[in-house]
Amino acid sequence: MTTTPTSARPAARRTRGLQASRTRVALLLLIPMLLVLAAVAGYPLLRTIYLSFTEYNILQDPAPKWIGLGNYWFTTEDGVGLGVLQIPEWWQSVWNTVKFTVGSVLLETVLGLAFALIINSKIRGRGLLRTAILVPWAIPTVVSAQMWNWMYNDSFGILSQWGRNLGLLQAGESFLSNPDTALAALVAVDVWKTTPFMALLLLAGLQTIPSDMYEAADVDGASPWTQFWRLTLPLLTPALLVALIFRTLDALRVFDMPFIVKGNAPETITMSIYARQELILNSQFGFGSAISVLIFLIIMVFTAIYVTSLRVKFD
Amino acid sequence: MNSKNPVVRTVTLLAFWLVVAVVLFYVLFPFYWALKTSFTGPARLSTEALQWLPSVPTWQNFRDVFAGQPFGRNLFNSVMVATGTVLLSLILSLLAAYALGKFRFRGKAVLMYIILAVSVFPQIAVLSGLYTMIQSFSLYNTWGGLILSYMIFTLPFTVWTLTAFVREIPTELEEAAYVDGASPLQTLFRVLLPVMTPALVTTGLLAFINAWNEYLFALTFTSDNSARTVPVSIANFSGATQFENPFGQIMAASVIVTVPLIILVLVFQRNIVSGLTAGAVKG
Repeated sequence: MTTTPTSARPAARRTRGLQASRTRVALLLLIPMLLVLAAVAGYPLLRTIYLSFTEYNILQDPAPKWIGLGNYWFTTEDGVGLGVLQIPEWWQSVWNTVKFTVGSVLLETVLGLAFALIINSKIRGRGLLRTAILVPWAIPTVVSAQMWNWMYNDSFGILSQWGRNLGLLQAGESFLSNPDTALAALVAVDVWKTTPFMALLLLAGLQTIPSDMYEAADVDGASPWTQFWRLTLPLLTPALLVALIFRTLDALRVFDMPFIVKGNAPETITMSIYARQELILNSQFGFGSAISVLIFLIIMVFTAIYVTSLRVKFD
Repeated sequence: MNSKNPVVRTVTLLAFWLVVAVVLFYVLFPFYWALKTSFTGPARLSTEALQWLPSVPTWQNFRDVFAGQPFGRNLFNSVMVATGTVLLSLILSLLAAYALGKFRFRGKAVLMYIILAVSVFPQIAVLSGLYTMIQSFSLYNTWGGLILSYMIFTLPFTVWTLTAFVREIPTELEEAAYVDGASPLQTLFRVLLPVMTPALVTTGLLAFINAWNEYLFALTFTSDNSARTVPVSIANFSGATQFENPFGQIMAASVIVTVPLIILVLVFQRNIVSGLTAGAVKG
């Protein structure tokens, strides 16, 4: 809005009146969406935070009992730590989630970049290839978890068979049943499922690079290798960063696939699985909410880093 | 591949196609394996589990899924819940996207930040709060409870994507409607909506896929088959006896829910790629 000299005052007032009515209209249009969002996100989040300061077994207690920070940190007179932050199972789930996230995001980035470069090259049938790559993405997570569960099956699974042929597994063993390889086996499922998504995001980035830059590089006699490191990678960095952070946030809150394949097994329990175990299976709404709040804080820290590092701007 | 030497060129080309073949195998093999297993009858499953083709292909598993399990009911629940979720989020976000894309007002940037923040909400962070809320509204084990809870991930996505689309529509269209004396709602439904149909289809499709695949809320907010959706039933599949291996049926059910999705994805391939990347890269 510009403030104009005196002669234009009526017009300015009219514009201001129009502006005010437009703001009212905008608010009216936004209210339904904001109400629903407040109901499904705002209120439940506040309620979860409140419950995290209470002791509340939903099956036994009539109402939540305020205990302050007790769910987070509480040491009994005998020196037993009962707070989430003192419990090894929580730290185990954090550690599992971190390993899962680093492993899957790294592999997906490298493989996704390779896929993207392949679909971006000028070959016949690249439309077909792009379509094929979408297949794992289109398969529901639950379905892909069960498909891999079957392939990992200790006696009838094809992957166990291949593992035996390669001498990696004994008869009756599987990559999933062995606690040392179970997490890696889950990373493999996640990589299969989400590399295509990564590839698509990177493909979009690749397509914004003007082709005359490559022609110029060709004229200058740069090898494909040099072109990749000096041209493609630097120009792809923004898209790469976005994809990386998206995948990191997804991996940090992972629940479905590891839960369906391995349940609450300690060697693969993730933060979200641990939270649900305490909340729903053990009915500990206070304690479980404290875990949920911790997960929320971790995710929000990552989101803040994302928004600031990419300098996301609106309008 | 630019080398002038024909031998080098052929070798590079061959190596490239080998890589393509490996990628194709990697991407498609698990689905092929599920498909093949689904056509292997229960009696032959343990002996033919490792064979590349079933010796006697049969529809047995597909029949059993519907006869022995309440799978038809689960499918119906999934269709209703996902459709309800998409319709509700599209209506709400269409209004919101018009305001966010074409109107100027203070606090808009903050609002966009909040919506972005909600879109990365870990579902587990609201699970206990939502659970108590859904119970107090008697929405536990109902379609309504699932549709409401799914809003937390579909709504930020549809608002975000549709806002990006609305912003791209030339302002002249809207101004012309304004000069003709149309109200904002008339402008939205008579002028902008027709232009936005492709965007609505793409956004709705992606929201549908997300709602169709949701597991955590569906698992937690349902207790029996009156509202249980397909992902929960596929995850919980059990054989008639403890010793029966139900993987043939699990794979049949998996194929049933996946094939329509794959067809949708193939048909709308271009829109999906642009929709995914619009939501992600511009974000």
